[in-house]
Amino acid sequence: MDFAPKASVEEFRASIRRFIADHLTAEMVERAHRTGTFHDWEFHRALAATGIIAEGMAGAGRESGRDPLELYVLFDEMGLAGAPFYGLANAMLVAGVIEQIGSDFHMSEVLPRFHSGEAIAALGYSEPGSGSDVAAAATRAERIPGHPGDEQVWLVNGQKMFTTLVHEAGYVILLTRTDPDLPKHRGLTMFLLPMDLPGIDFQAVDTMGGDRTNITYFTDVRVPDRWRLGEVNGGWDVMKVALAYERGVFGNMNQGVTLLRRFAAWAGTAERSDGTRLIDDPGVRRRLARIAIDNEITALLAVRPALLASQGRLPTTEGSVAKLYASEAYNRAAEACQEMAGAVGLLSPLHGAGGGAADLPDADWGFVDLAARDAPVTTIYGGTSEIQRNNIAEHRLGLPRAR
Amino acid sequence: MSTVRDARYGAQVDLELTADQKTVRDAFARFFADRSPLTVVRDAEPLGYAPALWARLRETGAPGMGVPEKLGGGGATALDLVLLMQEAGRTLAPVPLAEHLAATRTLARTAAGAGAPWFADAVEGDVLAAPALHPAVEGTTRLVPGGAVADVVVGLDGGDLVAVRSDAPMTAPPNHACAPLADRVLRGPGVHERIVLASGADAAALFARMRTDWQLATAAALTGLAARALEIGIAYTLERRQFDRPIAAFQAVQQGLADLVAPLDGITLLTARAAWTDDEGDAADAARLASMAFLAASEVARNTTYRALHYHGGYGVTLEYDIQLFFRRARGWPLVLGDPDEEYLRLADRLFGPAAGPGTGPRAGDGAGQSTGGAR
Ligand SMILES: Cc1cc2nc3c(=O)[nH]c(=O)nc-3n(C[C@H](O)[C@H](O)[C@H](O)COP(=O)(O)OP(=O)(O)OC[C@H]3O[C@@H](n4cnc5c(N)ncnc54)[C@H](O)[C@@H]3O)c2cc1C
Repeated sequence: MDFAPKASVEEFRASIRRFIADHLTAEMVERAHRTGTFHDWEFHRALAATGIIAEGMAGAGRESGRDPLELYVLFDEMGLAGAPFYGLANAMLVAGVIEQIGSDFHMSEVLPRFHSGEAIAALGYSEPGSGSDVAAAATRAERIPGHPGDEQVWLVNGQKMFTTLVHEAGYVILLTRTDPDLPKHRGLTMFLLPMDLPGIDFQAVDTMGGDRTNITYFTDVRVPDRWRLGEVNGGWDVMKVALAYERGVFGNMNQGVTLLRRFAAWAGTAERSDGTRLIDDPGVRRRLARIAIDNEITALLAVRPALLASQGRLPTTEGSVAKLYASEAYNRAAEACQEMAGAVGLLSPLHGAGGGAADLPDADWGFVDLAARDAPVTTIYGGTSEIQRNNIAEHRLGLPRAR
Repeated sequence: MSTVRDARYGAQVDLELTADQKTVRDAFARFFADRSPLTVVRDAEPLGYAPALWARLRETGAPGMGVPEKLGGGGATALDLVLLMQEAGRTLAPVPLAEHLAATRTLARTAAGAGAPWFADAVEGDVLAAPALHPAVEGTTRLVPGGAVADVVVGLDGGDLVAVRSDAPMTAPPNHACAPLADRVLRGPGVHERIVLASGADAAALFARMRTDWQLATAAALTGLAARALEIGIAYTLERRQFDRPIAAFQAVQQGLADLVAPLDGITLLTARAAWTDDEGDAADAARLASMAFLAASEVARNTTYRALHYHGGYGVTLEYDIQLFFRRARGWPLVLGDPDEEYLRLADRLFGPAAGPGTGPRAGDGAGQSTGGAR
């Protein structure tokens, strides 16, 4: 075991910090919170211009590219800075899937648009009737009979739920049902649709945590076969690749770090009604020390999948372990901070559920409320805590399958 | 005001054991599996000490592993000691190894300790040493871990850190973990030999360091204990059948067991991280991490043994079943340091600087001026 910093990764971290300092403005952060859209085109394209999306991630069959540890650091730093990075995460994820599975058409027509920052993607997995059980997707793709020799065209009908960033996306990666008669994992096909195909419509869904997401409707969308990603009825294989990227590297799990730093600084100035500073209250001190321990553990668990990938090994349940711990710890921390702040911890920069205008001049205290709203979401998206535990029970502990 | 050191590891090179580290671990895994089966643990109750096991352990060089080579010890890294203690913890080895390691390392840090006539014997393991975790009050320090069997006790008496040789009582007050605890005197009647190792601020700093060493060794032992308890719990749920299926097939049981994995992985990594930091020579940061590892490992061992016992149903609380042995030690080993809330406050001092106001500031027994919070 060796915890010594790897020079190349630390250099990369410094360069990302410099990039963020140079390009991320307070207005961008404020706008993201106000609109619930955690993507900023100016920031995204400046980052893409550095070549980072194009470089992609080494490993998973790819020879060259960024060390997965560096990509871990990228999202870690983005998270710490409060940068709107969801579009980046989606773009890198879909670019990674295309590189592994895409056709020549995807490689030449679509991939460059992700690499250059021109387009981002939305993820169309969840549906009103299928969330955790994502393989139960019902959105239909049917072959339209055509003339022999013509390109096959598919007719897509259905509805996707929680299509975050679809309102900014050039493409949506879409899990569809192509054969309802096959067992559910085997009748799926993945598409990567350009959003400008006729028949795609979406509507905003606002959330308690301030994120805007969407419902997307697909009505008689005619999809030429070149937009298919992977084999017909091989959609689950594509899904596995996409999930491996998502659980492995792309995302920030260290939200508790920023929360603790801000809270401790605030607690050094805030006073209880009897005039004592919060930071001098033994109860507060104990709870903050607990959060610091959770942060330390989260950081060690969170880097592990990237580290394995960096060494050319395949993370298995390490992503689930990290995601489960990180999200549950973030909830513990957010709840504790909100309680310690007392009534002030209720004051919100969001006007009611749904992310209205943040017209409060100094949202210094609002970060507690934001964390308290945001934390519960993290135990749901990307696979709920129960789904992570099922995965750990079956694949790490070897318990019988029980779903 | 206070600044918090950010917990972020973007850059570790390797979380895997090196070949050398694997050799250490495997050798001690075999040793404890062979020499410390749970029958030995049971036979050693209630005192919690198996002299024959210690004699065997002595042959491996383990007792002196933490002492530098130039002083006749094994010169092991803190990380190696963690691996050793994890294996000892897995088998609940009834020997005061964490205690002996912490005490001998402390002796080795002072000229007076390393020059003691029995120091070489302590390194060999022929003289057993134990750390008094609490400063003596009127010459007596209470419930010293390993104190029931130790020939030498290292502890804080007044402003002095002393090494005291006296007769081991070889009996312990009946206790939760069947641990060899005892009150020991650091001066007065019964003391054969009393060596002052350090005084004043040096004494306080060395005492704090000794507690850190003990915390780290105990965290490692608790990690091994929790890992084994989880395995025992899983094995039982796979074997026990109710409602025509193994109870491991019930999702409520699965989720409860799966929940224990991330915390267990977490303390394993955190304990290693603390040891590595110590080996790198950053004592202040190692102390912060050891305190964290100790607190986290105490909680994880408590929760893990609770669930593993719970999923045994009624059989888990019968003395015939092994899981209760783990349950009791998970609580008994760490609690000798005192209410964990006190340790959380000491950790907070390190993280945020001392609190203002009456009765706060650096806490008694932590060694003055250990806080590094302001500097980070
Ligand atoms: C803000 C936000 C953004 C999102 N972004 C996207 C996106 O971009 N793209 C996308 O495709 N999806 C997205 N999602 C959807 C997300 O992945 C799903 O919400 C999640 O997978 C859970 O599905 P569900 O909401 O249908 O809940 P359900 O699956 O109905 O689960 C309800 C409850 O039942 C529990 N449960 C379900 N199955 C089991 C089981 N087998 N064992 C034990 N307990 C079980 C769950 O843990 C949960 O507590 C987003 C969600 C949110 C909240």
